[in-house]
Amino acid sequence: MSALLEIEDLRTHFFTTSGVVKAVNGISYDVQEGETVAIVGESGCGKSVSALSVLGLIPNPPGRIVGGAIRFQGDNLIGLDDLQIRNIRGRQIGMIFQEPMTSLNPVLTIGLQLTETMEHHLGMDRADAEKKAVEYLRLVGISEPERRIRQYPHHLSGGMRQRVMIAMALCCEPRLIIADEPTTALDVTIQAQILELMKNLTKRLGVALIIITHNLGVVARYADRVNVMYAGKIIERGLAADIYREPRHPYTLGLLSSVPRLDQPRQKRLDPIDGQPPDLTRLGEGCSFLPRCKFAVDRCESEIPPLETVGNGHLSACWENENLETARG
Amino acid sequence: MTPGASALESGDRLSRNGEAGDVLVDVKGLKMHFPITEGIVFNKLVGLVKAVDGVDFHIRRGETLGLVGESGCGKTTTGRCILQLERPTQGEIFFEGVDLTKLDQVALREYRQKIQVIFQDPYSSLNPRMKIGEMIDEPMYVHGIEPDAQKRKQRVSELLSVCGLNPKMADRYPHEMSGGQRQRVGIARALSLEPDFIICDEPVSALDVSIQAQIINLLEDLREEYNLTYLFIAHDLSVVRHLCHRVAVMYLGRIVELADCDDLYDNPMHPYTRALLSAVPVPDPEVEQGRDIRIVTGEVPSPINPPSGCVFHPRCPIAVESCSKEAPALREIKPGHWVACTEV
Repeated sequence: MSALLEIEDLRTHFFTTSGVVKAVNGISYDVQEGETVAIVGESGCGKSVSALSVLGLIPNPPGRIVGGAIRFQGDNLIGLDDLQIRNIRGRQIGMIFQEPMTSLNPVLTIGLQLTETMEHHLGMDRADAEKKAVEYLRLVGISEPERRIRQYPHHLSGGMRQRVMIAMALCCEPRLIIADEPTTALDVTIQAQILELMKNLTKRLGVALIIITHNLGVVARYADRVNVMYAGKIIERGLAADIYREPRHPYTLGLLSSVPRLDQPRQKRLDPIDGQPPDLTRLGEGCSFLPRCKFAVDRCESEIPPLETVGNGHLSACWENENLETARG
Repeated sequence: MTPGASALESGDRLSRNGEAGDVLVDVKGLKMHFPITEGIVFNKLVGLVKAVDGVDFHIRRGETLGLVGESGCGKTTTGRCILQLERPTQGEIFFEGVDLTKLDQVALREYRQKIQVIFQDPYSSLNPRMKIGEMIDEPMYVHGIEPDAQKRKQRVSELLSVCGLNPKMADRYPHEMSGGQRQRVGIARALSLEPDFIICDEPVSALDVSIQAQIINLLEDLREEYNLTYLFIAHDLSVVRHLCHRVAVMYLGRIVELADCDDLYDNPMHPYTRALLSAVPVPDPEVEQGRDIRIVTGEVPSPINPPSGCVFHPRCPIAVESCSKEAPALREIKPGHWVACTEV
């Protein structure tokens, strides 16, 4: 069975006055039908850019996809013109953005924003689209949807707006939804509501989901597979259970041990990753995690480690991945 | 007795830096209501935002009190009231036994030195046109702590290295630094006046995970080194658990539960605290798969028109009829564990 989405050696660079920012620097991953895949990483690691590239939403200039392939249901999306990509974006691939406050149009009613996509993509007339909009608003747990479609985004709270975004992403029955930090701007009780809703709906409707986040807890609860990104590259990939139980990259290991956990006895001290992420305009020859790595050897300075299989469906880009085991204790 | 007074006897981790001190900060019946006005000429009062609506707690010297809650629950406003950046509508704030709300601006200056703040956003809390060194130097100059410019410069270098920055960075501007480094500057600036008490308002929530842990460790080291007292305001429950001795949970302007940190996390009593703790996903798929999470429905109501009785009752899974009529007072369920709920 071929994958729903297949990304191969994608490179998205930004050409700025202070140099070329290699935001996404050769990443490959795939998403199967109905699966939830997480992309985890810290700010500036390229996780959002990798998703925006799929949807053709990279602002050009300064950004440009300089290499690689994005195959959705077998067709390469790179090189499609605006009109062709618009027929896929919103129709086949839905999108949920981080900021529900800014990603809805403040001067249009909720109803209009929902029906617009359906009229455009599904060729429905206004009345049918409105009926369907009400149905989807009810599905995402919005009370009195008939009244809500006449309201504007500022009438709704942050959690409600994110529900509207989910309804919008779902209403054209896409095969894939890309959610970029969908709950980062929300409070923890609302975050739980939204994530459970997304999980239940994607499972029920069989939609695949790419969830982009920095929250390791969210990933643990909702993702089937995980891609960990650092400095524009995927440095580890595997089933969520494997990555958390047995991380094979020092960065993943460092991330996991630097967060305090509620389910474990309180630690005396946290174990942070020293230093800071590298400047993406000045990447050296070797592994980009080298300056912060506790396991570095000579080889790391000169050769970039490739992403290689280290277990069943588990890949790591680290020369020393064998030796993390002993260090973990 | 104010809530939590006896919790300290069990505060084992306090003994790390000597025994629990005297009460440093004592907040009594704090209320902060912001007026909503309409019209330009007459400014007619049309309502009140009850940001903080009757809050009592105290903090002992050397202790870290956590103040947690979701956005809009009044945790930041409480901090701003203690700093006297807002003059509270009602209530008293004692610092070393002196009621700050009764002092005028001149008399307050002495206390401004002793109470410092670290803000959430390291991008907007540093002046973009000032060099790092100048920013740390200015408070010492203003308060006349050290008249000799050369000695102040020496002190700036010391503070930078204490906070894990290279003293050479004194000549840089904020835009040349990363978020974590800027937050370290914010901490160095707060320390420059040798305060007794620091209000940390979400100091790590704008930072990446790997940097968060660095700043948390720094805050802990500084507390021990300088015998500091913190009010740690945050929404991240796991960070609060790591850093605090006691924790107060706020909801819609009120404290709903206050207890010793371990006690609160091991044995949460208030339905809101339970819901909050249950909503935090644990970074471990094996734990998560088996965990049964309790999701509270609905959203935080508006503080302009809060629900009658217990403010949590519209979302509460165990609410009974009387909850909508009478607001439950904070009562001590067991030594040091205070809960504002009639049903526990």
